[in-house]
Amino acid sequence: MKKVLIKGNDAVVRGALLAGCRNFFGYPITPASEIAEGSALLFPRVGGTFLQAESEIGAINMLYGAASSGIRCMTASSSPGISLKMEGISYLAGSELPCVIVDITRGGPGLGNIAPEQGDYNQIVKGGGHGNYKLIVLAPNSAQEMCDLTMLAFELADKYRNPTVIMADGTIGQMMEPVKFPQPVTSFPKKDWAVKATAETRENLISSIELDPDRLEVHNQKLQKKYAIIEEKEVRCEEYRSDDAEILLCGFGIVSRLLQSVVDEMRAEGIPVGLIRPITLFPFPKKIIDAYASKKNVRFFNVFELNNGQMVDDVKLVVNGRKPVLYYGRMGGNLPTIKEISAEIMKNMRQL
Amino acid sequence: MTIQHNKVLQKPETFYDTFVRKGDSELKATHYCPGCGHGILHKLIAEAISDFGIQDKTVLVSPVGCSVFAYYYFDTGNIQSAHGRAPAVGTGYKRANPDSILISYQGDGDLAAIGANEIIQAANRGEAMTVFFINNAIYGMTGGQMAPTTLVGQKTTTTPYGRNSHNEGFPIRMSEIIATLEAPVYVERCMLTDAKNIAKTRKAVRKALKAQIDHKGFSFVEVLSGCPTGWKMTPQEAKNWIDSVLSKYFLPGVFKDVIEERESIVIKQEIPSPEDYHKLMDISHLSEKEDIVPTPEKGNFYEELKIAGFGGQGLLSLGYVIANVAMGHQYEVSWLPSYGPEMRGGTANCSVKISNKRIGAPLVANPTTLIVMNKPSLEKFENDVVSGGTIIYDSGLIDTPPSRDDVRVIGLPATEMADKLGSTKAANMIIMGIFAYLKKQIFSDRYIRWVLPRILKNKAFHEINQKAFQTGFDYADKHV
Repeated sequence: MKKVLIKGNDAVVRGALLAGCRNFFGYPITPASEIAEGSALLFPRVGGTFLQAESEIGAINMLYGAASSGIRCMTASSSPGISLKMEGISYLAGSELPCVIVDITRGGPGLGNIAPEQGDYNQIVKGGGHGNYKLIVLAPNSAQEMCDLTMLAFELADKYRNPTVIMADGTIGQMMEPVKFPQPVTSFPKKDWAVKATAETRENLISSIELDPDRLEVHNQKLQKKYAIIEEKEVRCEEYRSDDAEILLCGFGIVSRLLQSVVDEMRAEGIPVGLIRPITLFPFPKKIIDAYASKKNVRFFNVFELNNGQMVDDVKLVVNGRKPVLYYGRMGGNLPTIKEISAEIMKNMRQL
Repeated sequence: MTIQHNKVLQKPETFYDTFVRKGDSELKATHYCPGCGHGILHKLIAEAISDFGIQDKTVLVSPVGCSVFAYYYFDTGNIQSAHGRAPAVGTGYKRANPDSILISYQGDGDLAAIGANEIIQAANRGEAMTVFFINNAIYGMTGGQMAPTTLVGQKTTTTPYGRNSHNEGFPIRMSEIIATLEAPVYVERCMLTDAKNIAKTRKAVRKALKAQIDHKGFSFVEVLSGCPTGWKMTPQEAKNWIDSVLSKYFLPGVFKDVIEERESIVIKQEIPSPEDYHKLMDISHLSEKEDIVPTPEKGNFYEELKIAGFGGQGLLSLGYVIANVAMGHQYEVSWLPSYGPEMRGGTANCSVKISNKRIGAPLVANPTTLIVMNKPSLEKFENDVVSGGTIIYDSGLIDTPPSRDDVRVIGLPATEMADKLGSTKAANMIIMGIFAYLKKQIFSDRYIRWVLPRILKNKAFHEINQKAFQTGFDYADKHV
């Protein structure tokens, strides 16, 4: 038994520690509080700091300060809390500070509820803060991935000097599954840009202000180039029984787990369905979806989300009219049943 | 107008020789207006940094406002922060790098309006930082709007008829507020109107920085400063106004000084060796050598359980034990507590899936085994059980047995039986015994006995859990 049965939220905390994360700043909110609680328990044991901030705004700005020093640091919240953090997220992106932000999403808008929704896709992937920025966004669908992708998030954040988000819904956070923990990371990238309070780094400045329009444009162009490289190199996507599929289901997070069951059940009945699961929501797996959209045997794409249809727009942009792209969603924190999803697909098969 | 500082006074070493970051041609002049206090305060701080020999380890957090560009001048580590957030940014920095000297520099709109919470909370936590607060009773950078410190009657672009206390309230006295908090060690308000007051301010700046160097905690220096441009006055008129009006509302003085009484707190961060990590993370049992390593059955196996009852009956734990046992047998498992919409109806329940294939949806809609410990749960889930499945229920708590005739029904008074063993809390382990017996072809009961105390770690229950498990197992052997 080399695995531990553990909640997704707890796997995030342990993944962060194994990745060498030393500072956690957070504010309690359901259903993400376990990450703060787990961090409060474990971070001090590894010489790190847990600090409950006065607000989400406080927490994200503490992250800004800690990230400026070059240390690996993290915050976690849930949808309404993430909305509050948006100012800080824009600053982090503008100042190119590597850090990890965990969003255990819940129902909205407003106070909404604590049930699993994916209504944060737009604010996280498209940018809820101001300015021309992108976050790297990872969407785990298991407790193992909550650990592994958290570790990856720190790596990508450092590699690109970019805030990176783990976006998972409450179900993934609450669910327990066996997790195999990797060895701790022991070598870290040198961060010559960081303000380390040393003679060598005294010249360094962390800032997002640039009054001169030309220089600010250059900075923005530099950011866009970076995002283009990320799009080129960092796409991660799972394709499940999709090779010969005529109907391609598409969903992320908990939805992809439901779709996996649907694929298995429908395949057992001889219906050629397959699943495309974006693991990185930015960079979005454009090339992969593009290749399917060009395949003759593909009849249509069916996107399932726990929102009002947010990722479906990205699928449509890639497919660009070559094949029908259909959407089915639930909101308010409701999960569709396997039967419900299957019925929707069957209905679409009849109509198209 | 270009001010030739170097001809008049010597520039502190902690200032850059030329202000390259300004990006214009006047590389020796600051961007501040004549008569503004920022330049003087900058110089006092820079001199103190040089004199204390802390230039390399000093990090300055600049705010939003006229001093947003403090990093043009200070040859230290520099972090530019969002409006009002400098104390939070400083907190994060100092927590990450406790050996540094952290200066948070703010104006009145930044500190006392949009950032009022951040400053109060940082002060209240006693963050080991020094805050310099320029109070000029107006928003300078944005062109002379009302600040939280604007005096009643004072005209600004957003109080064109003068600040009206019925509409905008009264000017806020931050030093006095900060001084009421327990944690701060030093709070003083100064001004820069003449040589005597500048000398006082110089002393205060040094005292505040020294407090941080000595690890004493949070210090706060407010400086009344002129803003001739915003006030639409000459520099001389501005000075007179501070002397005769502003300083009569914001009284200069020491509001708190407990530096001597406070102990130094030096934070040492000890990083454990990689070997210690798993232990520290509560997962050290992974390296434990196991004397029993069961192997899973070949072929297609899956089991989907719904376990439901009242909260406190240990049903989530029962699911957790079953999932752990299955994981120990190298099956794929998932455990999902009642969550979100599932919580409707007042029952606590969990879904457990066990399979030798990858598990898709973790929520169990149609259980192969239903375990229920109260009547509402039986009513809720009975009809969901697959044909040929199993229902295990507590017959002592549920008076109406399940009515399905296409499933296997096992009723036993588990809670009563557990009570006789010494604790009703062990009822879940009696059920575990029943389940283990039913699945004895799949799960090794020897392994379960070995692993049980490793899953439910509370030692007080080790013995009774084993007893209860055996009781359930024997009961099933006799009656099922």
